[in-house]
Amino acid sequence: MLITELKSTETLRELLKGKVFVLNCHGCREIRFPEAEADAFQAELTAAGVVTGIFTTEYICNDENLGYTLEPHAAAIETADTIAVFSCGVGVQTVAAMYPGKRVVACCDTYALPGYQGVTPLEVDCKQCGECFLNLTGGICPLTACSKSLVNGQCGGAKNGKCEVDPDMECGWERIYQKLKKIGRLDALKCPVQIRNYATDDEVTKR
Amino acid sequence: MRITELFDNGEFVVTAEVGPPKGIHLEHLVAEAKEYLSGITAVNVTDNQSSVMRTSTLATCALMKQAGLTPIYQATCRDRNRLALQSDLLGAAALGIENILCLTGDHTKMGDHPGAKPVFDLDSVSLLHVASTLEKGTDLTGNPLVGEPPKFAKGAVVSPISDSVDAQLAKMERKVMAGADYFQTQAVFESEKFIEFMEKAKQFGKPVQLGVIIPKNAGMCKFMNRNVAGVHVPQYMIDELAADKERAKAGITGVEIAAKIIKECRPYCQGLHIMALGWEAKVPELMKLAGI
Repeated sequence: MLITELKSTETLRELLKGKVFVLNCHGCREIRFPEAEADAFQAELTAAGVVTGIFTTEYICNDENLGYTLEPHAAAIETADTIAVFSCGVGVQTVAAMYPGKRVVACCDTYALPGYQGVTPLEVDCKQCGECFLNLTGGICPLTACSKSLVNGQCGGAKNGKCEVDPDMECGWERIYQKLKKIGRLDALKCPVQIRNYATDDEVTKR
Repeated sequence: MRITELFDNGEFVVTAEVGPPKGIHLEHLVAEAKEYLSGITAVNVTDNQSSVMRTSTLATCALMKQAGLTPIYQATCRDRNRLALQSDLLGAAALGIENILCLTGDHTKMGDHPGAKPVFDLDSVSLLHVASTLEKGTDLTGNPLVGEPPKFAKGAVVSPISDSVDAQLAKMERKVMAGADYFQTQAVFESEKFIEFMEKAKQFGKPVQLGVIIPKNAGMCKFMNRNVAGVHVPQYMIDELAADKERAKAGITGVEIAAKIIKECRPYCQGLHIMALGWEAKVPELMKLAGI
């Protein structure tokens, strides 16, 4: 099981800049989605007049399927500055990879619970850390893409862009750096020093 | 003595690296350091380098200090969580070891205990932040330290010849933000690339020590080119080492190559960091030839 929880309203207000397209994933059956809280927050956004569209679907981690289902919303997405994704970390990473030119914001933190973890593609992974870092890393999870799960940038171990641990694995932080550069978000690397919180039952949210 | 005081005085600070053995007899290591490294500013003691288990860095640093040398305590985040690292930093300061070098560390899979748990609770940036926090008189969670807080010369590393040099510079900036006082670099064999890097790195206003390895032979260089991140030995240097095997074996060629790199880079940096890798005995000769 997974639980997704909304980041604090304060954090979300700061993250969601300009016009916003909202994408909700009601996910696999293994996920508990904070529907009431998401609805309330999205109503606030709508009232503020910044929403270009709201679409609720399931299994957004299936990029092929998501591509089809989002076709009718192409115009709403095009006019938005930000895609606000309310899903687990895999969903956010999938959307971020699909829309490299958009600001894709993770609106939830994902927590692990015992039991079946749901059906997700193999290419991306979410550590269910409860303090989603994706808004600082261009939508690429540093915990799963870096073999040391570093959260403050690359180590000196990459050789020819490959990880010191596995020469077949791309350096996760090299990917993050290139992605941030491509989307004009290198400023994210100037964020405060990041230290993980392993006590994830506490209230913690990364921007 | 904190080496930051020397940088502040405009001195060209020279350090060299020594690795503790896998055993409890450190007399030889200390004696060798005393014999060959007394002429330089400080001696870096590596921390389970390349993820190979060795005697405690902190204990080795203490012995070096007893012998009259100035140790630099290398601390990696691979083997200890935030409690242990803070505890050891305070322990170092209590022993009068105030020069530290904060590293993330190689992955456990690279060493002789590949099944060990890689910790990485902190990383180089957050470890620098932790050291800065201790200096302000509290631990990481804000609990006050008893009595006078420690004061460190907080070092960090950067890889100037890395093929991800822009990402390295971004990380360097984060290290400065977290409190790094000085930098040591990965080994440099291409002076022009280092100079180019320094043009970009000087914006951070922190002293940088040029990293140098004395190349022992062509095979070692080829090995480093294949396996060591951020190190590239150009072919003409490998050819030079291969041309006269006896001369290379005696260390003459290697020392000449290293001295030339030092001379070329010296105007652009604030110090030198020698990774002698067992050739500590060549350090005095290298210093002489490089004119330091």
